[in-house]
Amino acid sequence: MNTQSTALAGSKSGLLPIIVCALIGLGVVFVAGHVQAGALHDAAHDVRHATGFPCH
Amino acid sequence: MYTRIVTSALFAGAATGLIASLLQLSFVQPVLLHAELYESGELVHFGAQASGAVSAHQDVGGIDPLRDGLSIVFTMLIYAGYGLIMVAAMALAEQRGARINARNGMIWGICGFVVAHLAPGFTLAPEVPGVAAADVHARQAWWFATVAAAAVGVWLIAFGRSWLAWGIAALLLVAPHVVGAPQPDAFTGPVPTEIGALFAARAFGVGLVAWLLLGLMAGHFWQREGQAQGATQPA
Repeated sequence: MNTQSTALAGSKSGLLPIIVCALIGLGVVFVAGHVQAGALHDAAHDVRHATGFPCH
Repeated sequence: MYTRIVTSALFAGAATGLIASLLQLSFVQPVLLHAELYESGELVHFGAQASGAVSAHQDVGGIDPLRDGLSIVFTMLIYAGYGLIMVAAMALAEQRGARINARNGMIWGICGFVVAHLAPGFTLAPEVPGVAAADVHARQAWWFATVAAAAVGVWLIAFGRSWLAWGIAALLLVAPHVVGAPQPDAFTGPVPTEIGALFAARAFGVGLVAWLLLGLMAGHFWQREGQAQGATQPA
């Protein structure tokens, strides 16, 4: 009960969801756009160039 | 709040990514494939031969299902990621009294383009394959630092209320370009400048359209999800 009301209060107006979502977004952009691992780089190669990321 | 942010961001990001990838495949990819003919050495330009000139019209190949399919998936991923960041920022702004909808979402979109595309690209221009460039990790570090500085700068211009805030914003926007990005020691790019310039212009153009759409749709879905969940919009 207590946890539930805390979670509800947090999800209404807290900063936590905003920070968590922004960090997940940043993680996705980093992995898809910037990680240099071979297979990932090759798969995303054209997009990285077209989106203006430093590629190789 | 989680549901509202994630739902708005994923809808806006996926739709934007799909449209952006189709624009990229139509307008950027042919230029990229043309550049790769020079990168691979299949075409050589400038004075290597006495006769010199290479035709500007080349068969660059057509659709490659695997390669282009991956491009579509990754474009959708990247704009979903950007969408999460933008909608999180919208949520923060709304908590502080800003009004978010599709129309002013377009302004958010333009600001997003300035932050994530124009600011780094102003000094580290969109690279056509084959260009000479400094170490990739150094460039990436500069890229992230520049985008972060521009993000704070644009936020301060939008929501700051004093000349001090605006002054700091101007510094943050200008500083990365005064410091300068990692540049190559020598120019060794085999690709004609005409192709490189067209590539950069097309990359910026598609980027602007994509960010405009991302802001528009993020604002739209954010407002709609808010109404669906009964959240009150500040007047």
